[in-house]
Amino acid sequence: MADEVVLLDFWPSPFGMRLRIALAEKGVKYEYKDEDLRNKSPLLLQSNPVHKKIPVLIHNGKPVCESVIALQYIDEVWTNKPLLPSDPYLRSQARFWADFVDKKIYDIGRKTWTTKGDEQEAAKKEFIDCIKLLEVELGDKPFFGGETLGFVDVTLVPFYSWFSVYEKYGNFSIAPECPKFMAWVKRCMEKESVSKSLPDQDKVCGFVAEMRKKLGVE
Amino acid sequence: MAEEEVKLYGTWRSPYSRRVEIALKLKGVQHKYYEEDLTNKSPALLKYNPVHKKIPVLVHGEKVIAESHVILEYIDETWKGYNILPKDPCEKAKARFWARFIDEKCIPALKKACASIAEEREKAVEEACELLQLLEDELKHKKYFGGDCIGLVDIVANFISHWLKVVQEVVGVELLTIKKFPRLCEWSEHFVCHHAVKDCLPPKEKLLAVFHSHYGSATTSKC
Repeated sequence: MADEVVLLDFWPSPFGMRLRIALAEKGVKYEYKDEDLRNKSPLLLQSNPVHKKIPVLIHNGKPVCESVIALQYIDEVWTNKPLLPSDPYLRSQARFWADFVDKKIYDIGRKTWTTKGDEQEAAKKEFIDCIKLLEVELGDKPFFGGETLGFVDVTLVPFYSWFSVYEKYGNFSIAPECPKFMAWVKRCMEKESVSKSLPDQDKVCGFVAEMRKKLGVE
Repeated sequence: MAEEEVKLYGTWRSPYSRRVEIALKLKGVQHKYYEEDLTNKSPALLKYNPVHKKIPVLVHGEKVIAESHVILEYIDETWKGYNILPKDPCEKAKARFWARFIDEKCIPALKKACASIAEEREKAVEEACELLQLLEDELKHKKYFGGDCIGLVDIVANFISHWLKVVQEVVGVELLTIKKFPRLCEWSEHFVCHHAVKDCLPPKEKLLAVFHSHYGSATTSKC
């Protein structure tokens, strides 16, 4: 009963990183396929015809799209090292905060480096406010999942690989404002499943610099 | 634990709020309902959902849950009996995918099409109809998105079954028509008559009045 697992991904994608971490945590062997998003593979287009986006998890030929949905799928199929708690209320809290990360961190983080002027200043402030709110939610726990990495940790930590992009083009510094958050990042990065799934911040920064040059942005 | 008091903070006209009512009804869960005035949010709402300050919010004993899709999954996991989500992980993932698609793509596109005017309208309607076509195709020959019984996707699609019909009548835009989407229309007829749904729909006349004042008077309307 050999499981065939394929991950269609793009190395700088924080959404893809989520699945890499989850699969590594569970010790699931899989084939990693890096997509060229300007020239999407027939497999990607066939596996995610609605959105044509990565990541896509393909398990024994069946595709699962959308990273938060695929995370839950991984947790339900491979039941070792659970990411979500078993209690329905605690599960609902984890889902709420994962939804918060999806609604806020990605969009606002993106605005910190793709906008200018007042819009950028507002985005920077809102980004720090969101991180601080997450710090409150974390409280004294080592991880959002408690003693071990959980659903919210896996959803959130990939954005750390983009911090130097936000800071460079947004011209601000996150660590001094959010020391608790950075301590949590450090604890996550001590886990091999995380450190091996996140690209170096410098590599992501270099990728963005290349992209901006190609697009003719200053 | 499941016997603790259940309270729902919502509004009569919100499809998100009404989704939770449908789910509670499917599970046979009694609840106390609190109607919120969103122009003057109650201290209770602000206390229970300080992050987003939005409805719906479900309070179960001491537990507080916000965000309609999070609430729906909580309801499904807490009260046994009726299955709102499938048990199989693959089918569950598909249901979550379509529910997310409706919320993140469909509804915003439908609202945009209804709010747009003049030159923008044609393009907005075309884009919204492309998304509705995906739902039409996904429905296939099933009675409901959930198969023989209503499930998560049907509940999340409640906007399409009722609110959309009212808005398109008010603004005179052709989105959900029998000619273009026969299966979706048939699904809609079954859905609004379902025992757990029919009392969870805002009265059409009240909605019409609200949408008239929101979107302005109807132009020519053919549906």
